[in-house]
Amino acid sequence: MQELGRLGFSEDQGSLLEVATSFCAKRSPMARVRQLIEDGIGHDPDVWREIVELGWLGIAIPEAYGGAGLQLAEVVPVMEQMGRYMLAGPFYSTTLAAQAILAGGTEDQKRTLLPRLAEGSITTLALCEANGDWDLANITCTATATGSGALRLSGEKRLVSDAASASTIIASVMLEGRPALVLIDRAALGPDALRREVIIDETKRACSLSLDGVEVPAANLLDQDRAGAALHHIHLTANLLAAAEMCGGTQSVIDYTLDYLKTRVQFGQLIGAYQALKHPIVDAYVSYEQTRSHVYSAAHCFGEQGVGEIATRMAKAQADTTLSFAADRAIQFHGGFGFTYDCDAQLYRRRAIWHASQYGDAAWHKAKLADLLL
Amino acid sequence: MGGSTLTDVDPKDLQAFAEAADAWFRENVNRDPGFMLPLTFMEVGTDQQFHFLRDWQNKVYEAGYLGAAWPKEYGGGGLPQAFQAEATRAMRRHGGPIFLNAIGLNWTGPLLLDMGSPAQRAKYLKGILSAEDIWCQGFSEPENGSDLGNAQTRAVRDDDSYVVTGSKIWTTLGKYARYMILLARTQPPGDRKYDGLTFFLAPMKIDGVETRPIKKLTGEHGFTQTFFREARIPADEIVGVEGGGWKVAMRTLEYERGARGGQAGGYVAVGSNAWDVLEMARKMTRGGKPALEDPALRARMVDFMIDIQSNALCSQRSGFSPLNTDRPTGVALSGKLMHSEFSRRINEFAISLNGAHGAYYVGDPNAVDGGWWTRSYLNAFSGTIGGGTSQIQRNIIGEHVLGLPKS
Repeated sequence: MQELGRLGFSEDQGSLLEVATSFCAKRSPMARVRQLIEDGIGHDPDVWREIVELGWLGIAIPEAYGGAGLQLAEVVPVMEQMGRYMLAGPFYSTTLAAQAILAGGTEDQKRTLLPRLAEGSITTLALCEANGDWDLANITCTATATGSGALRLSGEKRLVSDAASASTIIASVMLEGRPALVLIDRAALGPDALRREVIIDETKRACSLSLDGVEVPAANLLDQDRAGAALHHIHLTANLLAAAEMCGGTQSVIDYTLDYLKTRVQFGQLIGAYQALKHPIVDAYVSYEQTRSHVYSAAHCFGEQGVGEIATRMAKAQADTTLSFAADRAIQFHGGFGFTYDCDAQLYRRRAIWHASQYGDAAWHKAKLADLLL
Repeated sequence: MGGSTLTDVDPKDLQAFAEAADAWFRENVNRDPGFMLPLTFMEVGTDQQFHFLRDWQNKVYEAGYLGAAWPKEYGGGGLPQAFQAEATRAMRRHGGPIFLNAIGLNWTGPLLLDMGSPAQRAKYLKGILSAEDIWCQGFSEPENGSDLGNAQTRAVRDDDSYVVTGSKIWTTLGKYARYMILLARTQPPGDRKYDGLTFFLAPMKIDGVETRPIKKLTGEHGFTQTFFREARIPADEIVGVEGGGWKVAMRTLEYERGARGGQAGGYVAVGSNAWDVLEMARKMTRGGKPALEDPALRARMVDFMIDIQSNALCSQRSGFSPLNTDRPTGVALSGKLMHSEFSRRINEFAISLNGAHGAYYVGDPNAVDGGWWTRSYLNAFSGTIGGGTSQIQRNIIGEHVLGLPKS
């Protein structure tokens, strides 16, 4: 009988959960979320500075590289509360980039880059391509060594989160027939290399990135022998953090809908008294609690060989299913108002579509789980 | 209960206890007595099953692995809860048969420790643990199932007793029970129908009490309808006060649904789990190929794996209070709904896995696993209906946890 994971909760998780809850509630009320949707870079630089000062970028970075030396488990409550309050910003991108460097960087790169990331240097990953494949090893962009020892890049990357505000982008490419990760200084990019994309989740920002004509020094190549392992680690980390963000979002979309069910009157009674609405919202709530259990189980077991991957894929699959259902029903249960842009339900439905589309949806992860479990 | 906290536990003592329990269950569990054992306490259908399970519970109790955390003065072990948890784990590890006195161990016992008088505790608790006294529950009536507050069975005070007339239904273990927790009406309904209900500890083996077996959809017996015809219950067998029975009944349901702790230990039901279904699926073929190569079937199988893990993780949630601050009772109150619905669905899936053999039933030599899956599916409705239907559970969660208006 294969172990599927178990709950655990550290004191650090507890205090981070508490602090993140009040911070995100204060800094990201819904009116502010709506304002930032209209904003170019899509997040508040002052809030970002505060997040940096709180040390959240360094939570899972070892002390030797300027971080707090905790685990990704401790990032999860922060991510969850950011999702709950839809706090916008490059936290997810930069945390993920730090994990990429930890898993795939040379010792030198770790020493130079990780302290900078911990101090809030925005960094992101460019992995997705025209094939839209969730298998991160399916790469067509290339790097070729030039005579002068530099690497010349080519191809197009898509859905590069927070690229416009990033100072560094880490792209996956094929080098001599094998996957590799390279650091790109954004200042080295031409003016047309980035194009802001129109994406479903308007609280987030993404760009396509043309690598054609971009040259980087050879020192920007991450340890190619570990590129495959790094991509696997990135894949799982992205899904763990996405599951946490979705879990937080599920809690608020349920709360948001409950408010409506408790105030809207039709046919002389509060609509929340009708079982046609009450029972599905209960199903969404129960499913939310299950998701939260899965997310914290994945967080706790993340580093364990085998179990970590199973628990993480379960968490993402469950989070996708649950947020999609809860937000879909939220739109429906708000009736005519639910069909409008002003109703917040759409924000959560869009969030769910975004995360389902990135790093694998529920069906994909279940197919992976079938291979692992059956 | 007992004022014990984790700090009272010497890890060495606990370790020694756990090892002894492990050895004892390894030695004493008999998984195959030569006849089919019930999956839950609601399915004890034959005298053979009853006597086997009663002896089993008694044996575990005498060995000190049941009621280990109940107070010593009432027959318990007087140990911290962690000890009983170890014993229960050992029992599960070695696949011990279920305890049949569920209504005593899990509902009545904790209720009496919580709200009973010292005299009632002294009189009843030891017999619950030893299985000498089997308990049943008299809440539902033929005309009032989900609408429990509308109970019509009357109890009229006469001198030092109450005279009870009426009928209760779905009395699990009714044939064998010595006592019943009984909800009866001592006053006609006032402005609120819940007024005037009283909670009794009623003797069953007295004049005026008759039980009639009910044949279940499985074709087996397991519970009865109970008839009261001027049966006399001593007046001091009330829990709480006359007219205060609704509150006591609601508290009982919290124990029944696992929303409150203090149960004696062990387990009273074993379910089909996803791993057993997986083992069966490995042997099945579809279109000449192993069934597990069918992508649709694989997807469903993984869904069950995720669900079983959801249930397992949520059972651990009570130990992680920082995760439960927003809605502290939510996970506990969802447990019954999730487990019972999971059980129904996975058994239904298992029948379909049996292919053409899904048509067989218990008793046919060709039935897969003796018809276990089909019988389990049909019996699973006891979980989704009994103790408040899944629909009522959703109302409870919606109203009590999410604060929605009453339906």
